[in-house]
Amino acid sequence: MSIGHTLLGLLEAGPRHGYDLKRTFDETFGHDKPLHYGQVYSTMSRLLKNGLVEVDGVESGGGPERKRYAITEAGVTDVQRWLATPEKPEPYLQSTLYTKVVLALLTHRDAAEILDAQRAEHLRMMRMLTDRKRKGDLADQLICDHALFHLEADLRWLELTAARLDRLAREVRPA
Amino acid sequence: MTPAGSLLSATDLRKSYGSTPALDGASFSVHPGEIVAVMGPSGSGKSTLLHCLAGIVAPDAGTITYDGRDLTSLTDAERSALRRGEFGFVFQFGQLVPELTCVENVALPLRLNGVKRKDAERRARARLEQLEVDDVAGKRPGEVSGGQGQRVAVARSLVTDPRVLFADEPTGALDSLNGERVMELLTDAAREARAAVVLVTHEARVAAWSDREVVVRDGRSRDMEFTR
Repeated sequence: MSIGHTLLGLLEAGPRHGYDLKRTFDETFGHDKPLHYGQVYSTMSRLLKNGLVEVDGVESGGGPERKRYAITEAGVTDVQRWLATPEKPEPYLQSTLYTKVVLALLTHRDAAEILDAQRAEHLRMMRMLTDRKRKGDLADQLICDHALFHLEADLRWLELTAARLDRLAREVRPA
Repeated sequence: MTPAGSLLSATDLRKSYGSTPALDGASFSVHPGEIVAVMGPSGSGKSTLLHCLAGIVAPDAGTITYDGRDLTSLTDAERSALRRGEFGFVFQFGQLVPELTCVENVALPLRLNGVKRKDAERRARARLEQLEVDDVAGKRPGEVSGGQGQRVAVARSLVTDPRVLFADEPTGALDSLNGERVMELLTDAAREARAAVVLVTHEARVAAWSDREVVVRDGRSRDMEFTR
């Protein structure tokens, strides 16, 4: 996920302080991975430098100065372009899992064991998401469904690979 | 040996059809109120395992213990009584009697157990309501959608308050949305009743509604809880 674009998108609704942006981001997207303050401020200074946001006002109370950011026209165009561009599908053969399986076969380790452990981990995550979906609202359900369908695809790949380990071993091991 | 506290367990089950082994040393256990998914590729033996656990098929070797009793030593009549009184079943297809209305279908297991019609239908309606299909009570199975029919079948499987629910690909004939709703209602109802569920499925998203999974491959089982 592009944090810069996401924060820009949140700013489209109206100017906000860095702290508000972080809170909204965490509530909306960051269930499992909240943003660090440092990430927010470094992202905002980059966006500021690139002319995608501007400082809309500065408050100085008892504590440090608080900048309020607003999105610029260039920022809106950038968000639009990002939203309209499809994400590049991740090529599976470069994935860590494939590397692990092949390495296991090359080093004569139990590749089936690696696949089984991964499978259990995938299903554990799917259970967690199913539970979250069950207790959540429609937004939660849609976010979890997307993750679930992806994990299910991974799991199918794990099963198919498990069924083809003998053949893969013959192909990757030196004769 | 049975795992401590389990309601239904099987050890080292073996079953062959002719010279083809379907189960080759499979073990299994489920506790009261626990939902266990049985997964595995087609032909791996997962349905045979379910049929043995439910007392529908007798294994060639191995032990099955239900609530402290050896299931394999029971007579046919005793096993039938157990299936009618303490077990519930949901399958993928063709479970409802087409000539009966939905409420009559749900009431059927109670009627077979000698419950009077009025009382049976009252309990059936309560289950239909729980599965959110009370509006089709008076319709015949041919007049309802696939998703509604499957919810009626789930209502019927739970109407006798079974201690173990056996579900074999319960959403296999449904689209994603209907399948999901059936799983949600089925697992909610089973958890509320503290029924153990043996859920056979090849779909990971269905298995994700369970508490634990057992994978069957080439007739042998593996409890995935212990692979981590």
